[in-house]
Parts: sequence; C-alpha cells; structure tokens
Amino acid sequence: MREFGIGQSLPRTEDLRLVRGTGRYTDDIAPAGSARMYVLRSQHAFARIGGIAIDAALEVPGVLAILTGADATADGLGGFTSMVRRTGPDGQPNFEPPFAVIARDVTRYVGEPVAVIVAETLNAAKDAAELIEVDYEAQPCVADLALADAPGAPLVWEQCPGNLCVLTEVGDKSATDDAFARAAHVAQVDFRISRVAVSTMEPRTAVAEWSEADQRFTLHASIQNPHMSREQLAGVLGLPSHRIRAVALDVGGGFGLKGVPHPELALVMWAARRVGRPVRWTSERSEGFLADCHARDQIVHAELALDEEARFLGLRVRVKANFGAYLSLAGVHCALGNIGGLSGVYVLPAIHGEIRGLFTHTVPIGPYRGAGRPEASMMIERVIDVAARDLGMDPAELRRRNLIPADRMPYDTGFVFTYDSGDFPASQAKVQEISDWNGFERRRAGAWARGRLRGIGMAHVIEIAAGQLDEMGAIEVDTSGAIAVTTGMQNHGQGHETMYRQLIAEFMHVPPDKVSVRDCDTDQIPYGFGTGGSRSAVVAGFLLETLASKVIAKGKQVAAIMLEVEPDQIDYREGAVFAARDSNRSATLAEVARFAHQPMHLPPGFEGGLSHRQMTRLAGPTFPNGCHVCEVEIDPETGHLDFVGYWVSEDVGKAINPMIVKGQVHGGVVQGLGQALGEYIHYDEEGQLATGSFMDYQMPRALDMPAIGIVSSDTPSRNNPLGIKGCGEGGTVGALPAAMNAIADALGPLGITNFDMPATPQRLWRAIRDAGGMPHAMAAE
Amino acid sequence: MYPFDYHRCASAEEAKALLAELGDGRLLAGGQSLLPMMKLRFVMTGNVIDLRDCEELRGIDIGSGAVTIGAMTRHVDVASSKELATALPVLAELAGGIGDPLVRAQGTMGGSIANNDPAADYPAACLGLGATILTTAGEIAADDFFLGVFETALAEGELVTGVRYPVPAAAAYMKFRHPASRFALAGVFVARAMDGLRIAVTGAGSQGVFRWHEAEAALTADFAPEALDGAELDTSDLNSDIHADADYRGHLVRVMAARAVRKILAANR
Repeated sequence: MREFGIGQSLPRTEDLRLVRGTGRYTDDIAPAGSARMYVLRSQHAFARIGGIAIDAALEVPGVLAILTGADATADGLGGFTSMVRRTGPDGQPNFEPPFAVIARDVTRYVGEPVAVIVAETLNAAKDAAELIEVDYEAQPCVADLALADAPGAPLVWEQCPGNLCVLTEVGDKSATDDAFARAAHVAQVDFRISRVAVSTMEPRTAVAEWSEADQRFTLHASIQNPHMSREQLAGVLGLPSHRIRAVALDVGGGFGLKGVPHPELALVMWAARRVGRPVRWTSERSEGFLADCHARDQIVHAELALDEEARFLGLRVRVKANFGAYLSLAGVHCALGNIGGLSGVYVLPAIHGEIRGLFTHTVPIGPYRGAGRPEASMMIERVIDVAARDLGMDPAELRRRNLIPADRMPYDTGFVFTYDSGDFPASQAKVQEISDWNGFERRRAGAWARGRLRGIGMAHVIEIAAGQLDEMGAIEVDTSGAIAVTTGMQNHGQGHETMYRQLIAEFMHVPPDKVSVRDCDTDQIPYGFGTGGSRSAVVAGFLLETLASKVIAKGKQVAAIMLEVEPDQIDYREGAVFAARDSNRSATLAEVARFAHQPMHLPPGFEGGLSHRQMTRLAGPTFPNGCHVCEVEIDPETGHLDFVGYWVSEDVGKAINPMIVKGQVHGGVVQGLGQALGEYIHYDEEGQLATGSFMDYQMPRALDMPAIGIVSSDTPSRNNPLGIKGCGEGGTVGALPAAMNAIADALGPLGITNFDMPATPQRLWRAIRDAGGMPHAMAAE
Repeated sequence: MYPFDYHRCASAEEAKALLAELGDGRLLAGGQSLLPMMKLRFVMTGNVIDLRDCEELRGIDIGSGAVTIGAMTRHVDVASSKELATALPVLAELAGGIGDPLVRAQGTMGGSIANNDPAADYPAACLGLGATILTTAGEIAADDFFLGVFETALAEGELVTGVRYPVPAAAAYMKFRHPASRFALAGVFVARAMDGLRIAVTGAGSQGVFRWHEAEAALTADFAPEALDGAELDTSDLNSDIHADADYRGHLVRVMAARAVRKILAANR
C-alpha cells in the first residue's frame, strides 16, 4: 500500500479548518459596500394578489429598493426549468410550470417570495417588510397529496385537471399481469412515504455582485454545482452563462437540496444589479422550512406475486408523487429518475409501475439523499416483508431464495438497470452474522418479558451511482513540485479534499501537504457536473488517474531532456522521482517542474509547463449495494421507540478511505432512521406549515440513534479501473425500509399489519391501543 | 431582533428601580426563552435589563427542612450541586433534565419560574413540593403563583429573588419528552411531604402547570401505582396538538404518575 494512498483511513485534511471556525462559508463573505436582502413571503397557500403597497416601506431609513413581481415582469425574469420531461395524462409532454422566483399575480405556496427588500442592514429590510401591505385574495387550496386528485379539489394550475401533471408507466404491463395471473400468492401493502425537510446545517446563502465594468455577475453561494447553477441562473436572468461567475466555497451540507437552484439565488443577483451594490442573503431556519424544496412525499400501493416455492414472479406498484406547486429542477426526477431500484437485488422477471405526479399548494419537491432511491427500495423491500409474514417465512430466507447469484454478474434486470457487480448472498450472510439475526427470537422473548415489543427488519440496498459519467478536472504542478487539483465537483462535507489528496498520493507519490484543492469556481474550470448521486469518488478516481498519467507522461518528456536520454527510458518512481533506467541519473518532480517552466531550456516548439486538463467519461454507472438490519424496541405504554441495533454490510467497491466510507454510511443511516422515527413535514388544511421549526419538526438527536455496526462486503465495480462504486446515499436508501420493516415486525404480533412512518410516540401508542394493547399472555411467554 | 437599549444592574433592587424608570423594560435572566423570541421578532421591547451581575441572586442554601435557591442560579449549578444531591436529589435530577447542556449552562431557575412556560419543569417542582416563591415584594405560595400560560402572580415591577423548597419525605419527577422540542409533553412531580401528598403536572394542561387533586386523594388512601387507575383526570383541560392530543396526554400523565410512584416505592424498599 502506497503511503497516504488508496485504501487508508487518512484523517480528513479539511476537518481542522472546519471545526476550528476557520472555514470559509458564503455568509463569511461581506464585500465592501454590500447590502442585505430580505424576502417577504406569501402567508397564503393559494391567493390572488390584488396589489402590493410599498410606499410606507420605502420610507424606512436604509432601504435601497423594494422589488415585486411587477418589476420582475418588467425585467423579464423567468423561472427554473425541469431537467426531466415525461408525459401528461393525454400522452403529450407534461405541463411544465417553471419554478417561479417571485410571485406575479398568484401565490401558490406559503413561503413563496412576494417582494424583495434590499437595505443597508437586515433589520432595516425586516422593518420595511413589516410595512408592506399585500392585498391577498385567499382561495381554497389543497396541500395534502392524498387529497390532490379528489373530486372537486382546488386546482393549482387550471391546465391540469385533477392536479395531474405526469402520468406514466414503467416496465412491462402484460408480462406483469401474466405473472400475477399464475401466482400462488400475492402480497400487497399500502404505505405513505412522508414529506421531509432537508435541514442542512448551513442554511442556503448567497452573495451577488454585478460588475458594471465587466458586465458580469460574481455569485458566491452555498450550492453543490456551480456550473449547472450558473446555466439555470443565466436562463432566469436572460444572460449568456459566461456573464456569471459562480463559486461555492465551504458548504455545510447539501444532500441534493443545494443541487437544485432556488429563487433566492436569482433574486440576490437581480437585486445586486438593480441597486448597483453587492447584495447578501442568508436563509433563516424558519425560512428554510418554508422555502427550501421539501423531499419524498409519495403514496404507494405495491403488490408482489410469488410462486409455490416463494420465488418472485412479478412486482406491481402504483405511486402518487407530490411535485409541489411548481416543478423544481429535479422534482419529476425524484419521482421517476431512480425508479429502476424497484428491481432490487432479486431475480424479478416482471415489473410494472404506474406513476402519477400531482401538483399541490406546497413548496416544490426537490432531491434529498437518495432522490427516489429510498422510495423505490421501500416499495420492493416492504412488500417482501409483507409476503414473508403472509407465508409464515423468515424474511431473510425469502430474500435469500430470490437473490441474484454472484455468478450472473453483470446482470440485466430486464427492467431499467444492468448491475455491474455484487455478491448479494455473501453480503446478506455477513450482516445476518454480525446482527445475530438467527438469535433474534430470543431477544424478542426477553423484551416481551420486560413488557416491551421488539422487532427486526432487513432491507437490501442497490442504487445507481455516478449516473452522470462525465467530469472535467485539472492537475497543475508548480515550480516547487506542489500540485493543485481542480474539478467541477464541490465538497460540501463529504471529504473530497482528503480523497483527492489520497488519489494524488497514489498516482503521483506526492504527500498530502503538497497538494492543494481549488475552490469549485466556474472561472477555475470551464465545466463540471457538481456533486450528487454518489458520484464524486467514482468519477474522481478515474478522472485523477487519467490526469495524473498525462502529467507524468509529460514529466517524462521533460526529464528526458534534462537527463539527456530518450523519454521511454524514464521511469516515474516512488518518492516522486523521474529516473533514467540503468543509470544513476534522476530528477525530482520539483526539479522537472521547474525545468518545464523554463522554455529557454526546452527544444523549440516544446510545450512548456507541467499541467493537464481534460474531461473524462466513465464506461458506465456503478451499483453500490448492501444489506441492512435494524432492530427496535417499543414501549407499548408510551409509544416510545428505541433503535436498539443497526448493522450494515456494505459493498462500495474499492474504498479510497474506509473511515470516510463509514462516516457516509453512518450519516446516511441516521437520515433514513430520522425520517422513520419522526421527521415529518405537516401542512394543515389551509396549507399552513404546522412543522415550521425544530420545536415541531422532529430532528433526530444523537441519543435517538443506535450504534451502527458496519462490515465490508466489497466487490469491485467493473465500470471503472479502480473498482470504486460510491457511498453517499446507500445508508439512507437502506435505513428507511429496514427501519419500517423492523417496526412492522415489532407490531406484527399484535395483529397490526399497516403502520406508516413516522413512528412518533403518539402514532405508535394509538396503533397499539387500537389493536387492544400488548396482551399479558405475550409478556408471560 | 428589534433594536433595544441594553442595561445591566447588580442587584434586584437596582433592577426594580430601573424597571420603574424605563417603563417598558424586559428582564434578562438566562435568556433561553426571551432571546429566541426576540430574534424571531415575537417580542419587541425598548429596554433589556440583564441580571447577570446580581450575585446576591445566586446560590444554594441547605437549611433544616428546606432548601433555598437564588433566582439567578443556573440549571447546571442545581444539577451538579453535591449538597443538593443529598438534601433534595429530585430537584438536582429535574434540573439536569432541562433542555440540553447549552440551555442548562445559561438558563436560570428564576427565569423559568417567572416565564411560566406551560411545559417547563421547574413550575412542577415548585407546585409539587409546595414551595414558596421569594420576591422583591415578599413571599408567594407556589399554589398561588402559577396562574396560567406564561402568567404568574408577580405584580408589575416585582422580581423573583429565589425559591424555598420544603424537603419532602420522598419525591420523584418523571417526564415524557416532546419528540421535537424535548420539553415535557407530560411531566409529573409526586411528593410525599409532612403536610400531605402533592402531585403537579406540567406540559399537559391547557392552563399550564396544575395539581392533580384526584390522584392526590387516591394515593393518599393507597400509595400504589394501581390506585391511580381510579383517579379521574379531566382531559378537556389538556392540550391537543399534532404531537399529542388530549387523550394521549391524559394517558401519559397517568403513566408518568405511576412511574413516579414506582420510583418512590423502589427507593424506599
């Protein structure tokens, strides 16, 4: 193993900076002369705006400008468009209302921007906002997905009867119908996947400057993908994208939320140009609850057909997905883009799904760790557990019987995905061992004796990672031999900087302290796809290996000139040394780099410098997978739930830094368990947000979480030379179904067959009470 | 936050005088309720009077048969007091369960009592122990002090200076936490004192902390958890929200009361 190279748990090089308060977050940037922006937001879920009176507000000292929808119309401000298009109920392309950056005549969700106040101070802007009078004419609304297509439900868009935006089918209907017709048993389940708030630790934030001299914006923002954001913003502002420089410095968590452009990014730029001053905006937590894109929110019916031997014949799902009031960049994608996960890790010959995407008077839906993957996993993994219960089988045995054997890789599921690699039976066996799956009934009996309900749940995970195959990067060696790495992928806590340093140590034998990582900045590199979809490790491994090999090849040419031998006689050796074969002549990387920057020593026409920049494209996506086991205990007297154990066997392919992989699994699992336990966005009948602060929105605390046992079951990916698969989302994808299966297993003995997330104490207590409580006979067993 | 003038004073009397002079002053003790409300612009005041320099309002005094605690004593000081752990352990335990370490490092007993949040822990201790609230104007029995949600018997310009807690023969406090805010969804304080048995309930009542007289009678007759089954509890007076309706809160009050009784019985065994 190379020093500091691949496969070692190097401490994260960015952590000292971040934990000591010396990070550079967007809100730390206060350009000279900058003003503050405050957004006045709609108080109504659905209202016509008769007028907006701003005269009194303009009198507040320090107010520089107040902008409304009328100004936006005058300036031709657009909205963000969806990256995915499907069909509507009429078979034509679906109706696509862009995500408006400010309301014009109608507001369609509570929290929608209605006016923008720019002032010398935030307090002045807030004072002015209190004096703005908006003439709302409130309309009846529909905020609950379950009611969105009810007869007579208020329409979010007149163009969409029944609020139905997308109606599409996936898979093979007739083959699936055939499978169900000859099934020996059909299991079915209905459930709801709750709506959640992403809740990044650092709120969304942006600083925009307009340079009249350069006719160009500089936007610093807490975003995951400066290049893609810039293109979207250029569209909204009606500019060519080169008129925008977008930069993301340190970002305190993204989870997909900061991969979709939000209105305030455009508003802060618009405001900066209008007032001719830099303008800053930082979301407050309560604004975040209202106006950050929410996530998940689906209603599912799933059916599984099995033969006499309990082998899967077919899967059928009907899904209703909430889009919110507008389509965000990834709203449709979250409902459909990762539906391929329905096939799970199983031999599943026929799948059919019908997906309905509906509008409601709520903030648009956006991506959140998994972005459709946890939803798809819930569908297959929940219905398997229901089938096991129906058949009186051990759910682990039912799964084992239907797993795709390792020797059939690569495996075409016949649905959407072709899996590159994986050994699912081995993975399941490992997690059964570390979780003592077979000893569970003893633990259940012990819990019953203590008056507690106990349950265990398993879920396999498989997910597409690095679906976006392309990326651009650069390696630049300076005259001291130090290396700068630039990519279009943004680090928002995952540890990219450490990973890049390990990859450079691996490929170029340069220690971490001689490697710097440049900010993700559209002026530093012409293009990039940002961070998301568990892609960075997979993409960076191949990208940096390619770049490093080009730089080393160039270095060999320079070294050959220096050492007066042929380039093919030069080896690049440990210690970052270019050595002439069969001689004692050599030059260090620093010496070669210095030489390369002195064109007077180089032959005429020889390209000086020691850098390389290019785009690479992976051969294909990867499919990180794993098997999760969750164990819960419930106090039937209060409904309090404890996660008492959690185990994961993960296959992320080759791990660049096993410690970071574990951290990613931990974080992912916690976000899945948090949703199962109590994270839950609730709008009331008026479309008002009832869970608009951490006083009502149940964020999990460390004490709510179990210790997480992780065992590696890695099989290398065949789609990239290093065999890396990615690890960002799998934790969440597995945790949601594993937790819900465990809870169902705990409640099953009481005859409770359907229990929806969130497993809050009130909901659990009521379900247990309605089932007649915990019988004394159980405790006595 | 709206702009305000900031004042500091070194004694309760000084604060009282400043309050009278300013007219619209708000007292800042630990700031764990007032400051968030100010940040959200829910509270507007021209003047904030910080009591942090009032050393005379800090401290724990263990007397015979009673413990007196200064109003500016922080939760962390109550929770970690060795003397209190012996003299009145139930109070140290209660203070150690308030909020989180950041809240306990700033929040004060007097601030909590004067604010009378309907889900706060200290009001349950005061009412459950039959404490006496000491103020700049004299003394008020806990039974007369807590009048309703964020409402107390304090007169205009009157400050809490401390609380005198009689030491009971036995006491226990059990609370079920609100899943989001971690305040008490239902907190029940049970005390067996010389002058009788007292049960105080916080977090559940629509009018804030209250004594559950029916349960007091039932437990006085028979100090056993089963005795509570027959005690009436009018759920129409209980709070109802998305986290717990009155039905569930009522149930939790019974469960927490029974657990407090069991805890007392176990300690005496």
